[in-house]
Amino acid sequence: MARVELRGIVKDYAAVRVVHGVDLTIEDGEFCVFVGPSGCGKSTLLRMIAGLEDISGGDLLIGGDRVNDQRASERGLAMVFQTYALYPHMSVRQNLAFGLENLRMPKDQIAARVDEAARMLKLEPYLDRRPKALSGGQRQRVAIGRAVVREPRVFLFDEPLSNLDAELRVTMRGEIGALHRRIGNTMIYVTHDQVEAMTMADKIVVLRDGRIEQVGSPIDLYNRPANRFVAGFIGSPRMNFLPATVVRAGADGVSLRGPGGVSLTASVDGRGLADGAAVDLGIRPEHLHPGDSGLPALVESVEQLGGESYVYAQTEAGQPLTLHMPGQTAIRRGARVTMALDPDLCHLFDAQGRALPRLRLGETAA
Amino acid sequence: MGFLLGRRGRDGFDLSDYLSFGFLGLGVFLMLGPVLWLALSSLKTEAALQEYPPQLLPLAPRHVLVAGHDAPLPLYLITAGEYAGRELAQVRRIGLNAQMVDPANPAERLNVRITDREPLREVAVATENYTGLFTRFNFLLYFWNSTFITITATILTVLCNSMAAFALAKYRFRGRTSVFILIIATLMIPPTITLVPLFLVVSQLGLINSHWGVIWPAIATPTGVFLLRQYMLTIPDDLLDAARMDHASEWRVYWKIVLPLSAPALAVLVIFSVMWRWNDFLWPLIVLNRSETFTLQLALNSFQGELQTSWSSLLAMTMLTLLPITVVFAFLQKYITQGIAQSGVK
Repeated sequence: MARVELRGIVKDYAAVRVVHGVDLTIEDGEFCVFVGPSGCGKSTLLRMIAGLEDISGGDLLIGGDRVNDQRASERGLAMVFQTYALYPHMSVRQNLAFGLENLRMPKDQIAARVDEAARMLKLEPYLDRRPKALSGGQRQRVAIGRAVVREPRVFLFDEPLSNLDAELRVTMRGEIGALHRRIGNTMIYVTHDQVEAMTMADKIVVLRDGRIEQVGSPIDLYNRPANRFVAGFIGSPRMNFLPATVVRAGADGVSLRGPGGVSLTASVDGRGLADGAAVDLGIRPEHLHPGDSGLPALVESVEQLGGESYVYAQTEAGQPLTLHMPGQTAIRRGARVTMALDPDLCHLFDAQGRALPRLRLGETAA
Repeated sequence: MGFLLGRRGRDGFDLSDYLSFGFLGLGVFLMLGPVLWLALSSLKTEAALQEYPPQLLPLAPRHVLVAGHDAPLPLYLITAGEYAGRELAQVRRIGLNAQMVDPANPAERLNVRITDREPLREVAVATENYTGLFTRFNFLLYFWNSTFITITATILTVLCNSMAAFALAKYRFRGRTSVFILIIATLMIPPTITLVPLFLVVSQLGLINSHWGVIWPAIATPTGVFLLRQYMLTIPDDLLDAARMDHASEWRVYWKIVLPLSAPALAVLVIFSVMWRWNDFLWPLIVLNRSETFTLQLALNSFQGELQTSWSSLLAMTMLTLLPITVVFAFLQKYITQGIAQSGVK
């Protein structure tokens, strides 16, 4: 059992509070991703779980035991660092064995575990090399191997893929996912890349300024972002936001007047909204499409990737709009297009940035 | 060889080649000249050392045994006068003239002006200068004393300074900077100022005439702490954190991660420490009074008597004293540049 519970975790650096009372439960065997912009406290939170940073307040429970005062070496966790942090003066084999030697495990057992991990991560040909003689991807695998041999209760990953090139990142993403499916340990993964979060996580924790903004499954966060920040952070390219005014708010929908005089009734629960209030209308680039009626916009640039296309446009009032279309497009720079808005695909955020509950999810598959 | 003869000019020496070879040659002469002079002189006999003007090579006057004389007589080449070109042996000198004989015809005495002759010499390597150190003096005892002090003090210096440097470089604690500045500040205190209080402490501890009296006061050095700390700052914290995640105790982190990674800086400190301890003179002179505890430097000093100095032994011993340092340098020199460059110490 390695359930990780955070109860009111706080971190202060001198007079500055960087983590403000985080409550979170990560179930046994769950792949949990902390995501957020840089400086949001996600790495600090991870290092507190690891035991590399002191916890200023609150309780940290791993497997039901309070571990606040345990040293990193006593918590039974393993961590993969962004810089890999391989010991440069040791061979790959020694790197893998170091943790086990510290546990005073018998030599034959160490050798067996190292061989097993090397086989699993395809590191056998490199066992006697120094880290210097390895490529980035191989180093990353050694770093993961060093965590795997220890058979830890919880794996911690601190932006492990950010030093790799794009192609390798996709491969390693798959490998880490496969590793999780195979060994089934609890994993906590920190990244600023929402694509990594979406593709790997069972549960995503979105952090901002040391506070949790939202916790949920990737699709949940995509479909029902709790606020404007999460809506903007999850999804790529980011969601379009348009200012709008409430004409009539009701439990069964909100009638809006948007930019360019466009009016529509968004399928959200509008209770609590006053008529005439200023709101933000959110719509994802993949949910916009050119139509006969709707929001007029001027195309500024077009990116054709062959299989998909991105159109960057501007409304008459100057708000940027991104449009994501499958396949190729005939739209050219300088063209005037009308963007159709589907009421079931709209998000609505009040003046405080809180999302209004959506009544129907236009994006769910039939 | 290519390295030694490398030059900038394509088809010959250009100006910068002349300048750099000239400058480097001058440097070699200035640095190596005295050492070479010492090495050659250490092979000269006492008589050759006393000779004026001094000779570069270890040459000694040639002697020849002449019938009718008990001792061998010095041979001279006659350069002018009646007997010019002959080799004669000198029996005695009288004023500005010398009474000489031809070794082939010992009965006849010849008178030669001393300006008309010059001594004949031969290369004479006085190995007895060296062998005498082992037979007449207890060189090996002094050598062992010096070696024991140097090695023990160096090991303790490296251990003690690296632990202090590790704490100062990698732990965050209140007063870390003040402690560091305090350590560095002691560099400003000349050793002569601490000499008397240090002596009082050492004598109170009963360490006079003990090698530990030389070792203990020497092991904590601000230079060593500074040098190692600066180097350890360059070791990424992630490595230490990774080791901690790998169940390593703080001692293991220090012993298995930080120390091996500081090897270049440690090598520099080893060289410094060996040089300091091996060449140390003043402090051992104060602490060690009995000759059987003497280090090499003290033994060298004792060759210089009040009335006479045994130059040949002194020079030979100086040569032997230089050797260990040279060997240490030769083996560790590849680390010096690296260690010094990365820790910012000159």
